[in-house]
Amino acid sequence: MIRRDFFRILGAAGSVAVGAGTAEAAETGPVVGTNDPVGVLVDTTRCIGCRMCEFGCAHANGQANGLEKPSFDEELTPQRQTSEKRWTVVQRHVVDGRTITVKRQCLHCLQPACTSACLTKAMAKTPDGPVTWRASKCMGCRYCMVACPFDMPKFEFHSAVPRIQKCQFCVTRIAAGEQPACVASCPAQALTFGRRGNLLDEARSRIYTQPGRYIHDIYGEHEAGGTSWLYLSAVPFDRIGFRTDLATTGYPTFAKEFLYAVPQVDILAPLLLLGLARAAAGRHTDEDEGGHA
Amino acid sequence: MSADVRAIGAPNFAQEFRGFARFLLAELRPKGPVLTPFNVITAVIVLASAVILVFRYAFGLGAITNLSQDVPWGLWIGFDVVTGVAFAGGAYVVSFLVYILRVEKYHPILRVTVLNGFLAYLFYTGALLLDLGRPWNVVNPIIGNSFGVSSVMFLVAWHFMLYLMALFFEFSPAVAEWLGWRRVRRIVGATALAGVIFGITLSILHQSGLGALYLLARDKIHPLWYSEFLPLLFLVSSIFAGLSMVIVEGSITRKIFHHRVGARLRATHEDILFGLARIAMAVMFVYLFMHLLVFVHGQRGPHLATGWGAWYLLELVGFTAVPAVLYAYGLQRRRLPAVKAAAVMALVGILLNRLNVSTIAFKWYLDVRYVPSWMEIVVTLGVISAELWVFRWVVNRMPVLDFAMTHEDRPAAEPIAARTAA
Repeated sequence: MIRRDFFRILGAAGSVAVGAGTAEAAETGPVVGTNDPVGVLVDTTRCIGCRMCEFGCAHANGQANGLEKPSFDEELTPQRQTSEKRWTVVQRHVVDGRTITVKRQCLHCLQPACTSACLTKAMAKTPDGPVTWRASKCMGCRYCMVACPFDMPKFEFHSAVPRIQKCQFCVTRIAAGEQPACVASCPAQALTFGRRGNLLDEARSRIYTQPGRYIHDIYGEHEAGGTSWLYLSAVPFDRIGFRTDLATTGYPTFAKEFLYAVPQVDILAPLLLLGLARAAAGRHTDEDEGGHA
Repeated sequence: MSADVRAIGAPNFAQEFRGFARFLLAELRPKGPVLTPFNVITAVIVLASAVILVFRYAFGLGAITNLSQDVPWGLWIGFDVVTGVAFAGGAYVVSFLVYILRVEKYHPILRVTVLNGFLAYLFYTGALLLDLGRPWNVVNPIIGNSFGVSSVMFLVAWHFMLYLMALFFEFSPAVAEWLGWRRVRRIVGATALAGVIFGITLSILHQSGLGALYLLARDKIHPLWYSEFLPLLFLVSSIFAGLSMVIVEGSITRKIFHHRVGARLRATHEDILFGLARIAMAVMFVYLFMHLLVFVHGQRGPHLATGWGAWYLLELVGFTAVPAVLYAYGLQRRRLPAVKAAAVMALVGILLNRLNVSTIAFKWYLDVRYVPSWMEIVVTLGVISAELWVFRWVVNRMPVLDFAMTHEDRPAAEPIAARTAA
């Protein structure tokens, strides 16, 4: 009687575990979204540091998202970072006497660490490529911030109703067939909007046709498994504030093995424990909290 | 429907209920003196925490914590959750010994360990709600409108929640005995093994899951602490962390609640502690060996010559290898003080390890280091104080340290007597 009840409970527990397990396994696929997502090619050799991209971003997204208006009398230090009030910033680096300005923002990874970290799917990759954040889902755990190798998600620490803030890749503008606000406001053709595959071709052709102008590397081609935003530079990327020691595989891969092990443990551990308990049973009936009935 | 149900339920329901309410009210009263130093100090801390939390919910986390865009997780995650859960690992290990391996020797400490585990999870995962920026959305991953199933955090959250239920289920015989609910007691007693098996499985996964959380932070954690084996290291260390906590906490509980300790626990307490110490010691040597493998495999040698290397050695040699040897010494000479000292040192080692992975070696390359604000520390102490209050309340009323103590032969059944008890 008791044993039958017990097996029924265990069976129910097991099927729950199996259900959760298969769902988990199915969701950890490698590349999310279309094969050729939208992207932007940033040519830092063309950037003149005018910061029109910052103004364009604040104009298009500022009001709805509580971003601040950039001001003209800010010094463009290499330390400038995006913040909970700025989705994009221009940094100025001086490398070997040469001034290089770089626009920074979320790179919209092909396999984002942040979306794989998010337990509510608040951070989600749209089929066309942009990685967006949804207020109605987010519980504010900030695991996306821990996970992102580029430290792009920012949190409103000084708000009672905090949001995660980062570049949304002007997802509504793109859906309407427009360019992202920053790209549209760039007067120097430093930003090129398009499909990532085409942008890679364009980047390579610029490197091949002007080999003296660029280092032969495209940042974002392989970093973190590839990003939608790609960069060209005249100097090594670690000199202009980029991390070049990042993994070239998608970050979700690092947790995949563990996630795959979970359903197996969920199924096998109870069976093993039950077997052990049965094997050890017999002599001790006294004072067993499970043996009174 | 059997006869005894009607016998309990039918005749005088209102009277039964009134009696039950009177019993509960009587039990809610404090036992013993109210104005003790412990009570006063903890009350001040809890009140201060409450005031701080008002500010936290009114003005955001930034108003009271030293968290930043660079350091999104601080003391509340690194200590309250990551360390607290490791310390609470004793519940699943002792349950495994008693229910699965049927080692009756450890039965007398089962309930107090499970109670400790349950309260630790209740309060530390409760503390997680303080850290969540948008806690009103906490139900999202539970009710199914947004299952982020590819997230380790999703897995940890679910396993936490289910384990909390499993622990309550495992402790429920004590509650049923306290209330004198015999039928309930019989039912929860009969299904206890299922709950325990479920609970151990959940523990294996969320203990390792806490380590797996940091797998994504590969390029932010110092190479001496990052490893793809983090889940396994967290799981194995939770075993001896939990047992060391049981040893330390058991020694303290036995002194403070000596009037509640049953004859059997009193007689076998030392034996139990030595037994637990032996298991802890063995697991510690396994853990050290695993760390050696990770050290060689990860080619960590060059990092040893740095300041971080010294810090790493302090954790692994000073507070893991040394207490392991001290355990061995205490066991061989049968010296309880040595065993207790080893347990305390092992806990410090785990504290260092968890804080290193979660905060200290996290973004080790930053110039500005995270140091918790005094308000973060006060709230943490407030959470611990509240937990100790509940623990004391339960131990003083329910049959936790003495199993033979049932509803019938307890003085608390008489409301007046309850107030005079020590």
